[in-house]
Amino acid sequence: MTQLALVIDLNVCVGCHACVTNCKQWNTSGAAGALTDCNPYEQDPNGTFFNRVQTFEVGAYPATETVHFPKSCLHCEDPACVPVCPTGASYKRKSDGIVLVDYDKCIGCKYCSWACPYGVREFDEERKVMTKCTLCVDRIYDMSLPEERRKPSCVLACPPGARLFGDVHDPESEVSVAIRERGGYTLMPEANTKPANHYLPRRKTTVTVRNEELYRSDNPHKIDGAPFDETLPPATEELN
Amino acid sequence: MRPAFSVLFLTTLIGAGQGLFITLFFCELLVGASLPENFLLGGAVLVLVLSALGGISSVFHLGHPERAWRAMTMWRTSWLAREGIALPAFMAVVFAYALAHWLNFGHTLAIGVIGVVFAIVLFVCTGMIYAAIKVLKEWSHPLTIVNFIVLGCASGTTLAAAYAAYAAPDLVAGLAKAAFALTVLGLLTRAVSLWRNATLRPTSTLQTAIGIRHPHIVQKAQGSLGGSYNTREFFHGKSPAFVRGILVALLLGSFVLPLALVLTLPLLAFVAQYLGLLAERWYFFAEAQHPQNLYYQGKS
Repeated sequence: MTQLALVIDLNVCVGCHACVTNCKQWNTSGAAGALTDCNPYEQDPNGTFFNRVQTFEVGAYPATETVHFPKSCLHCEDPACVPVCPTGASYKRKSDGIVLVDYDKCIGCKYCSWACPYGVREFDEERKVMTKCTLCVDRIYDMSLPEERRKPSCVLACPPGARLFGDVHDPESEVSVAIRERGGYTLMPEANTKPANHYLPRRKTTVTVRNEELYRSDNPHKIDGAPFDETLPPATEELN
Repeated sequence: MRPAFSVLFLTTLIGAGQGLFITLFFCELLVGASLPENFLLGGAVLVLVLSALGGISSVFHLGHPERAWRAMTMWRTSWLAREGIALPAFMAVVFAYALAHWLNFGHTLAIGVIGVVFAIVLFVCTGMIYAAIKVLKEWSHPLTIVNFIVLGCASGTTLAAAYAAYAAPDLVAGLAKAAFALTVLGLLTRAVSLWRNATLRPTSTLQTAIGIRHPHIVQKAQGSLGGSYNTREFFHGKSPAFVRGILVALLLGSFVLPLALVLTLPLLAFVAQYLGLLAERWYFFAEAQHPQNLYYQGKS
């Protein structure tokens, strides 16, 4: 059984909000209608988004690290939001595990958003229905797009490639390998919703530079033999 | 959680209606022969009015009320759908009960038994809407259902005493004593849940919410400038002093004043208890700490 999901690498995310912007752009232009914006150019701009990037500071100054944390629907394998829906508007697709809302059936009672522990459903104040991430279901199966473009908008937009997309039930998929080999984890496991989306933790990324790598064989000094003032401290150029 | 006003009115109005119906049934069962004419008919009409007002107020909670009929379809999994069926079903039985009394059709006790069962089923459905949300630990407990039943019956019996003061003066003393006992019981069960909720330890922390195992994490940005649905729906936004004021109002209004008044001025006791239960329901929402709030702890 397929379970499509996102895997988000917190070690790579730089907090640029490109995924947020592209998500909004794609999903506001789709067949389902615009994602509401209230007061977009006034005080307290407000609107419906399927994806947000939050920022946390971990540690005490000066030993702190900034963690950017993209947050969207986790497409749980046991979604708390689906069984509570009184109309069947919220459902989880058997074919690919995507959790969706049928906007024509939703009565806007907000009960699903109360049941979700993650706060990833947003009630659209103009359309008066509950909305959420669709994993860009309207483009990942679009055969008119070249295959490498059949991915969620957020994944395509991410400049450093912090977002991976694929089937987490296929042990050989890119996402499964990433989860397995890079310590993928789920949010609030105690809620027992079995999120399909995973996050990859921060890790120590240091590059060892050997001394000889600091010297450039094509340093102009070495090529043209220009005079070299021994009294001055070495400049970067000279070290190289 | 932000208190949803239409839901506050829905649960308090239908709760009083269900409690009143159960009381009417016991009046008929125990002293049916000596009841004044049309006492039960008038009472059943009052139950229908309360239930209808509750149903109307619930519609204001919906974004698309014209699709409300759809809310009956998923009764296999959703307690909200079950309530959506149980409320009209209860009203239909009460209507049949009123009709049977009006037309002297007979079988009123049998219809009354069905009505009492439906009233209790409706109480359970209403309570389970909240108790079924596992992530809200304040709600996810049998006490939620117990309180809906006991407080609904207490306010319904107080209303029955107030109604009897005009329609059946012989019954007032007995009904007032029953209302007094149920209100004391309600004070006990609600006090237990207030104490439980005040001392609950949350299961989720910011560490499990974002998966970073460090004791010191401070939020710097929430992903929006002017707030979002998450900051509106899940925070009541009132000061701690205001919340304490509501707590005092709920204790005074739901319990202390009705207990002091019900034996002498039952109508005033019911008015106080109804307003007190509105405060009680407000507090019920406000004391529920949703785990999603962990993602909205601050910004800089």
